[in-house]
Amino acid sequence: MVAERNNQVIDAAGLHRTLTRLAHEIVEQNRGVANLVLLGVRTRGVPIAYRLQRMINDIEGQDLPVGELDVTMYRDDVFQKIKQPSVQTTNIKFNIDGKTVVVVDDVLYTGRTVRAALDAIIDFGRPTAIQLAVLIDRGHRELPIRADYVGKSIPTSQGEEVRVKLKETDQQDSVSVIRAFGEK
Amino acid sequence: MMNPAKKAARVLFKNATVVEPESGKQRQSDVVVEEGRLKGIEQVATDGFDGEVVDVAGMILCPGLIDMHVHLREPGREDEETVLTGCQAAMAGGFVSVCPMPNTDPATDKAEIVTYLKKQAQDLLVDVFPIAAVTVGRSGEELTEMGDLVKAGAVAFSDDGDPVASADRMRRALEYASMFDVAIINHCEDKSLSKYGVMNESAVSTRLGLPGIPGISEDVMVARDIQVARFTGGRLHIAHISTANSVALVREAKQQGVRVTCEVMPHHFVLTDESVKTYDSNFKMNPPLRTATDVEAMLAGLQDGTIDVIATDHAPHAIEEKQVEFNAAPFGIVGLETALGLVLKHLIEPGVLSLPQALAKMSNAPADILNVQRGRLKIGSEASITIFDPEAEWRVDKKKFMSKSKNTPFDGWQLRGRVKALYNKGRLWIA
Amino acid sequence: MQFSRKHLLGLEGFSKEEILYILDTAKSFREVLSRPIPKVPTLRGKTIVNLFFEASTRTRISFELAEKRLSADSVNFAVSTSSVKKGETLRDTARNIEAMKIDMVVMRHSAAGAPHFLSQCVDAHIINAGDGQHEHPTQGLLDLMTLQEKFGDLSGLNVVVVGDIAHSRVARSNIYGLQALGAKVGLCGPATFIPYQAEHWGVEIFNKIDEAIEWANVLNVLRIQLERQQGGMFSTTREYFNLFGITRQRIESAGKDITILHPGPINRGVEIESELADSDYALILQQVTNGVAIRMAVLYLFSGLSSDNSSESDA
Repeated sequence: MVAERNNQVIDAAGLHRTLTRLAHEIVEQNRGVANLVLLGVRTRGVPIAYRLQRMINDIEGQDLPVGELDVTMYRDDVFQKIKQPSVQTTNIKFNIDGKTVVVVDDVLYTGRTVRAALDAIIDFGRPTAIQLAVLIDRGHRELPIRADYVGKSIPTSQGEEVRVKLKETDQQDSVSVIRAFGEK
Repeated sequence: MMNPAKKAARVLFKNATVVEPESGKQRQSDVVVEEGRLKGIEQVATDGFDGEVVDVAGMILCPGLIDMHVHLREPGREDEETVLTGCQAAMAGGFVSVCPMPNTDPATDKAEIVTYLKKQAQDLLVDVFPIAAVTVGRSGEELTEMGDLVKAGAVAFSDDGDPVASADRMRRALEYASMFDVAIINHCEDKSLSKYGVMNESAVSTRLGLPGIPGISEDVMVARDIQVARFTGGRLHIAHISTANSVALVREAKQQGVRVTCEVMPHHFVLTDESVKTYDSNFKMNPPLRTATDVEAMLAGLQDGTIDVIATDHAPHAIEEKQVEFNAAPFGIVGLETALGLVLKHLIEPGVLSLPQALAKMSNAPADILNVQRGRLKIGSEASITIFDPEAEWRVDKKKFMSKSKNTPFDGWQLRGRVKALYNKGRLWIA
Repeated sequence: MQFSRKHLLGLEGFSKEEILYILDTAKSFREVLSRPIPKVPTLRGKTIVNLFFEASTRTRISFELAEKRLSADSVNFAVSTSSVKKGETLRDTARNIEAMKIDMVVMRHSAAGAPHFLSQCVDAHIINAGDGQHEHPTQGLLDLMTLQEKFGDLSGLNVVVVGDIAHSRVARSNIYGLQALGAKVGLCGPATFIPYQAEHWGVEIFNKIDEAIEWANVLNVLRIQLERQQGGMFSTTREYFNLFGITRQRIESAGKDITILHPGPINRGVEIESELADSDYALILQQVTNGVAIRMAVLYLFSGLSSDNSSESDA
């Protein structure tokens, strides 16, 4: 019997504020938006990237290119998973040579997804720099990876799950920490 | 390992359920064998009986069963089977007489080979009644020395494995053989129709993408042979009949007085071509497994007497030859050790035939076609007896087969009927 | 969805969901093919042997490309027919494969059921690249992918397979795949080329090409194997072309949009007019491109499960 304790840490309004701050940080750190492109990591990194695109447009009056990256084919744990992950399409319609690529994802955890994203990006071209923007950093890195832009740091334990919900995919905006307890 | 058979001139079988298939008579009685001959079917006191006493309470005692279509592979392929191991397999299946087909290497087309085969069996409980080739080398050309072969002990002629392809050869063979009152047994297959087929041609072969052997390849030759038999007045026996059309042709021919008989194998009334869909070569034989309609026709033919004999076409094959992709495997399955069980489970139990009717097809019917003094419990004749437990249920385990070869589609099947004892050629065997 | 098959032996028995899943996966892999570096590390460390007992250039190359694009280690084993003794080589080859710890086998063989047989002998995952007259599942899948690109949902689409159906593994895989996706299948060819009791497949049967063209939205034109002439199954290629050849004139007389597929290689002037094969009616080159993507998808989907997780029923 598995029970869950669901603890909401960010509500819809909080999410909007966090993303707005991230958008400002990205623009500030890069001293403007020249040569900048956003790359959302599927699944939820993609709607976040599009939101950041709109927010940056509000700030700078410029529409950054947004790409959608599926990293399933690059994961190093493809064969450990019992349920085989579905491969989805990657959609990058622009050249990344000479650009600063900001990788966007919802949760940074072990760092393996980002490592896979880096492998994929290198196959697409030669960017000038790659930066990482995440909504949530929950700790427990297994690789030497760090985010340049963090929406919120939420320390968690291994047994917990950080659940990000977005209006585009889940009909609501929220971030919760789920703790499962009891015997399976 | 098998218990050895031992010489026993005098035997008393007590409390048997004696079945005489020809008359259908069934009764409780003792049976006495003296000097190797059937002395009497009556109550006999056990005390003072000078000889073996075997209590067979609850068992069926019937004439020794005959399998008139087996392949013993000796000479030539002793790795697959020998006369000895084939006879042991026969005993395990309840058969005391077998007729090996001549497609050995060399073929049984000379008297010496017949003599050799009989010699290989002379100290065994089982009779070996060889079937000799119709043509030298089974090539379809020259006729063999039938007189010599009959004198050496051949009981019928066949080129089995192959048909007698030429209608003229068939005519001459039937005419010539009639001098010795023996049958020509034909493997009816028009090879221009069967070509490189490996299974029955049907919706199943279409789906599986396997080249088909159409039913007509058998039908056209059965039709031809019946005409030739009618014309010559000779004795024709159709081997391993498998199609509804063939059965219908034989039925009509018998009604018209043609001297034709035929045999069916258990796999042709138990299995259909659907079994092939696993591409397991244990379902590959010639003629192939046919459709459900054909199976129904086999059962109907057995019931109305159109089909005279049940035989096995026991065809041992080396494991490595069968363990290949379907196309490449040789045709054939073993059958001696599963026939009785299949007959009891799939003919008698569902009520298609009664016990005496079924046993007749494995005793007096083949005996008459082959002209051998077997197949009946006739007082004064050489005793030839099969004793089995008709109720015993057992599971087929091919690893336990007496045969050298294990190519059976029935591995793991639940069957009924366990052989308990045999008597033949003055020898007694207890399982 | 939970994809639980261990081997790809044929399309018979595949559900609509399973086939659509494979096609979706193939779309992602097709995108990889158009990148500057058309390679992903997904099957890195996996060893795949291409076991081709029948000569084949295009299918083998297509598989080889797919394997390399997935970063797998690919080995070719082409058996010359003269050295093959009946069945012996296949079984012995299987034992060698086991000993060399190969993960996947892509196999083409002239005997129907050979991949089924191999799957009983080895632990590796088997992909059927064509077994005798039985099935050619990856060809079936790439045909479906090509049609899906053009038509989207295939339900109610009328597809006619034209040619020597009886001896065609492509035809059989087409029938199973198309019917699973709701398309209607017709077969057209001389009576000697329509297999026995083909009606049981629930297909339309046409002996006249004009009737077939009138009914069809799509024609899949099969290659006529000239060896069949010797078997007494048809007379001359000239007669075949006259009666069944796909010509521009026939297509345009139908007065509607007809799509043409062909598994290749084409016998120009026998089953199809040369110029027509290069026209816009034909999607032949798309088929080839999709072929590599489908094979990448298939290799990916049929490699990912350990033998503990694989389901009992495989094709």
